[in-house]
Amino acid sequence: MTSPGETSRRGLLVRIGALFNLVAGVVLAVPIARYLLSPVSRKRTRAYESWISLGAVDQFPAGETRLAIYRNPFHTPSDGDTAKVPCWVRHVDGNTFQVFAINCAHLGCPVRWFPQSNLFMCPCHGGAYYADGSRASGPPERGLFEYAWKVEDGQLHIRAGELPTPGLTTLGVRRSRWA
Amino acid sequence: MGLRGLVRWFDERLQLGKPMKAVLEHPVPRQTASWFYVFGSAALTLFVLQLVTGILLALIYVPSAGEAWNVLHVLNRDVSAGWFIRALHGWGSNFMVAIVLIHMVQVFLFGAYKYPRELTWVVGVLLLLVTLGMAFTGQVLRFDQDAYWGLGIGASIASRVPVVGHAVVDLMLGGPIIAGATLSRFFALHVFVVPGLLIAFVAVHLVLVLKLGINEWPMPGRLVRRATYVQEYQQLAHEDGVPFVPNAVGKDIVFSGIVLLAVAACAFFIGPFGPGGQPDPTIIQVAPRPDFFFLWLYATLSYLPPSYETPVLLIGPALVVLGLIAVPFVAGEGEKSWKRRPLAVMAVILVAVGWASLTHLGLHTPWSPEMDAWSGQPIADKYLEHRTALERQGALVFQLKQCRNCHALEDSGGKRGPPLDAVAVRLTRDQLIRQVIQGGGNMPAYGKNLSPPETTALVAYLETLRPKGEVPAQNASNAAARGTGR
Repeated sequence: MTSPGETSRRGLLVRIGALFNLVAGVVLAVPIARYLLSPVSRKRTRAYESWISLGAVDQFPAGETRLAIYRNPFHTPSDGDTAKVPCWVRHVDGNTFQVFAINCAHLGCPVRWFPQSNLFMCPCHGGAYYADGSRASGPPERGLFEYAWKVEDGQLHIRAGELPTPGLTTLGVRRSRWA
Repeated sequence: MGLRGLVRWFDERLQLGKPMKAVLEHPVPRQTASWFYVFGSAALTLFVLQLVTGILLALIYVPSAGEAWNVLHVLNRDVSAGWFIRALHGWGSNFMVAIVLIHMVQVFLFGAYKYPRELTWVVGVLLLLVTLGMAFTGQVLRFDQDAYWGLGIGASIASRVPVVGHAVVDLMLGGPIIAGATLSRFFALHVFVVPGLLIAFVAVHLVLVLKLGINEWPMPGRLVRRATYVQEYQQLAHEDGVPFVPNAVGKDIVFSGIVLLAVAACAFFIGPFGPGGQPDPTIIQVAPRPDFFFLWLYATLSYLPPSYETPVLLIGPALVVLGLIAVPFVAGEGEKSWKRRPLAVMAVILVAVGWASLTHLGLHTPWSPEMDAWSGQPIADKYLEHRTALERQGALVFQLKQCRNCHALEDSGGKRGPPLDAVAVRLTRDQLIRQVIQGGGNMPAYGKNLSPPETTALVAYLETLRPKGEVPAQNASNAAARGTGR
């Protein structure tokens, strides 16, 4: 028997055992945390966006707004059709374009272009946008999200790769790409 | 060694017979053997049904964004009774949410959350949350268009979290867009994480019910007091009590059976839910809609003023959950009977009416433009008769510029904007022109989209839209200036 305040052999063993398990816990926790946070790790997020071609410029007649489809630059083997992303290309004139995300700025539903009334309309909660993407009516707080674009070798390129969401534009560095 | 010998052999080793007998035969107050006390056990029965059918579906299902939708069709068409198992799981889910809600209302109205059952109620609130979590993640596994765009809605909501919103979206989707990784993680949530929580919470919930006893039948005037309640309850259970098995369990068993048969009947006669259109984001002719129990949320989102949306979305749910958890701590003592708790009854009615109205609106979506109205619904003859050529030209503009998508004529067309059957009674010519060109009040401006002749024709047509015998709108000040006002 040991007097109070003194550590017994058994007590010491339990403490050493607990320490071992604590160390093992930390050793395991680090890779588990890294694994779980992988979608937001800097290495991954840097690869999310890149320039991608929507095809030859002459597919998009001046003055019209057409649906274009691209394969998301960042994809995985199990994506199937979900790797395809639609967007609206508005050829303003000459070498001036506007490329809008398909997602409504309210809650991300796919907006449809109506050339007859020159409006984008959203089927979910009735958001509407003018031809230049600015907000016309309904619950959205802002206009449609726009991709950065450039014309190179007769091809229209956009900078794409991330789902545009309302939070994307308000804060941080990465968000500045969405006008 | 007979059967009895075999049982004795096992019990000698397991030693579970006595404690199990004590649990099954624990005394409960006589009046709790009631049809009002059957919902908790029915929810448990449905959970077991969901476990079994869920495991059966997992034998075939593939959580791959590229293949899940096709596999659902294989389940529906090629696997023997596959459609029925899917239907059981889908209907079982709806029944489970419904029964859990009914159970909650019953427990609330019977004051069962009061001392000493506060923790039972809190765990019950957690069980409601994980049940809804199962419903939402399950809807994603039925990987069709609604699931795909529903995830987009979820991401848009999550992105509004201050500072970390963007990271939350990436973590929720498992990458930068809704794709393979997204479905995989919702699969893991739906079959491992959330059911694990559900099982743990159910276990705690049941232990608490056994330790504290089933809530006695509330009598008006019999007040709960911390100092005396436990003793009073013991008296009630032991002196005027009956053993749970067999006296009280009968109604539970009957009701569980009825519920299972009802699920099976719905599954058999109505069939499985979907899947809807294939989850190809390039098919944009869709009108995504959530499952039944989330329709109220969908309706709320379209009626909130834009500036309220983010705070309501982010703080609202937390407040609701905290409010529910607070119930037993605010009203832990006193009257249990709903007959003497008018506020509690009113709260239930208010929530029920609000929920039902929002769900009804969610089913009819009056806020959405009817995308095909302009091409699919011709203007009725009576709105074209006796019109001049200019006015009919205006009717054509009205149709081709898709005014019908938002404005109805005789109930045909969208309901986003007001119906225009009698617009000329409300608006003068000048007001019509202003409204068409500048928009406002939630209407887009058409100034840039209409040529002056189109505007003239359209307004001329709109001026003819008034019921017989009603006076067209007049500008009172003009009339007064001309001296012709009444």
